[in-house]
Amino acid sequence: MSELKQLYQEVILDHNKQPRNCYVMDCANKSADGHNPLCGDTVKVYLRIEDGVIEEISFQGAGCAICTASTSLMTESVTGKNVEEAKNLFDEFHHMLTGVADEQGVELGKLQVFEGVREYPVRVKCATLAWHTLNAAMEGEDEADPVTTE
Amino acid sequence: MASPVATATRTGLDVEQIRADFPALHQEAHGRPLVYLDNAATTQKPRQVIDTVTHFYEHDCANVHRGVHLLSQRATVAYESARTTIKAHLGAADSREIVFTRGTTEAINLVAQSFVRPRIEPGDEILITGMEHHSNIVPWQMLCEATGAELKVVPITDEGELELDRYAELLSHRTKIVGVVHVSNALGTVNPVKEMIELAHAKGIPVLVDGAQAVPHGAVDVRDLDCDFYAFSGHKAYGPTGIGALYGKREHLLEMVPYQGGGDMILSVTFDETLYAEPPHRFEAGTPNIEGAIGLAAALEYLEALGADAVTAHETELLDAATKRALDIPGVRLIGAARRRAGALSFVMDGVHPHDIGTILDTEGVAIRAGHHCAQPVMQRFNISATVRASFGVYNTTNEVDRLIEALAKVKEIFG
Repeated sequence: MSELKQLYQEVILDHNKQPRNCYVMDCANKSADGHNPLCGDTVKVYLRIEDGVIEEISFQGAGCAICTASTSLMTESVTGKNVEEAKNLFDEFHHMLTGVADEQGVELGKLQVFEGVREYPVRVKCATLAWHTLNAAMEGEDEADPVTTE
Repeated sequence: MASPVATATRTGLDVEQIRADFPALHQEAHGRPLVYLDNAATTQKPRQVIDTVTHFYEHDCANVHRGVHLLSQRATVAYESARTTIKAHLGAADSREIVFTRGTTEAINLVAQSFVRPRIEPGDEILITGMEHHSNIVPWQMLCEATGAELKVVPITDEGELELDRYAELLSHRTKIVGVVHVSNALGTVNPVKEMIELAHAKGIPVLVDGAQAVPHGAVDVRDLDCDFYAFSGHKAYGPTGIGALYGKREHLLEMVPYQGGGDMILSVTFDETLYAEPPHRFEAGTPNIEGAIGLAAALEYLEALGADAVTAHETELLDAATKRALDIPGVRLIGAARRRAGALSFVMDGVHPHDIGTILDTEGVAIRAGHHCAQPVMQRFNISATVRASFGVYNTTNEVDRLIEALAKVKEIFG
């Protein structure tokens, strides 16, 4: 049960129940669809990037608690960051989930609550779907093909 | 290790003795005795199957149909005897109506490519149902794309049954084949395939039945059904993975040309002309999965010894008990409440995603499947992305139903 509590921390349960920045953004200038073919979960990430800075980010969709909470917390973490900072944060986040040692010293802050996911390898993709989608949105044209976790 | 269950249930199966036959059941998962309720994905294998496969490799390993030496003869006899066992299990008239395949998927692809493709034209229709597994959707979509034919789909009711009125209406002079699942892997629904076959035959339309989830759970009689084709997989019926079979009426198989060429499927080969072997070998190009076929026969013999009716009765008892108790949990909603169900209990829980339930149950030692079960159109029909599916086999017990329900209580504890 303790490992489970480590996975389903209060912050995660809270963001799952009341996800932040969960709306369709009419004034988005970038967006992308993400899809986890293993479970059928989908997420759409909207961005308003101005001068290389993420001024506004929102999402629709998601799925399990890990996926939904990760998407919600991601939107909070990258707001106000520039594209490069957001990418570095994803790298660091991914390293934490896959157990690779911290090399860059990027502060994960609240995202640290997903540390427990490392013990559940099949759930890592749940936590990273939103980030892959964010990456695709930042890099791609507005109507890019859906990105997948595979 | 084994939980204290009633050894002889009302239904007549000695479940304790059955459990003793399955080595993989006797282990812990995350510190708890394993409760394996993912049988619709694949079943565990009894000692009898494992020993049969091992015996083949230790004593009879040789290629089939081509050696004059002793081992090759023994391998060939074992392989062809397996075909006879499958014939008998399905109630077919003739062993030559049984084609070994990699599984249900390959069997359906064989029918699509070798039976339907040569007789289909642009504007023709292929009729399937809304509760098919992807394996009985995608091969037909590919065929439609290649030929300009159209895929028609029989809708599902809110209870998870087929709309039979719509089915009858959708059978048209353009319909070249009906593909229908016998037992739905995502909903557990048992479809009235016999009645559906009758309706199709009245219009001269052949029918393929996907029996992947039916063969493990009870008696199948292809002659009583009068189906044209019946496909199933070994690994869902206590046999090895990578082996399955297609039953096809002899008259159909005789007129089908192979879609895979190679060794073991020919009478003679020159660079000008190749003469194909007679069915079924015509459709078994290359060295077959010999140990798989033999192992599958051992699995079906195991089921035969238990008795199909006893198996059905035991599993129905578990399914009914699990359904009733799951529905007692606030917020649990059944997906698929058909009058006739077999094998699988599919449900969702308010406010908790099936994947989270799957993880929590796993830590309690309970293995279930969470996801779309390779039946995404079913999920779309019910406006969900996934379900929790607990599926039962011959070795499951009422104690294990208790464990499932207790584990679901843990989900409530965490998610409130």
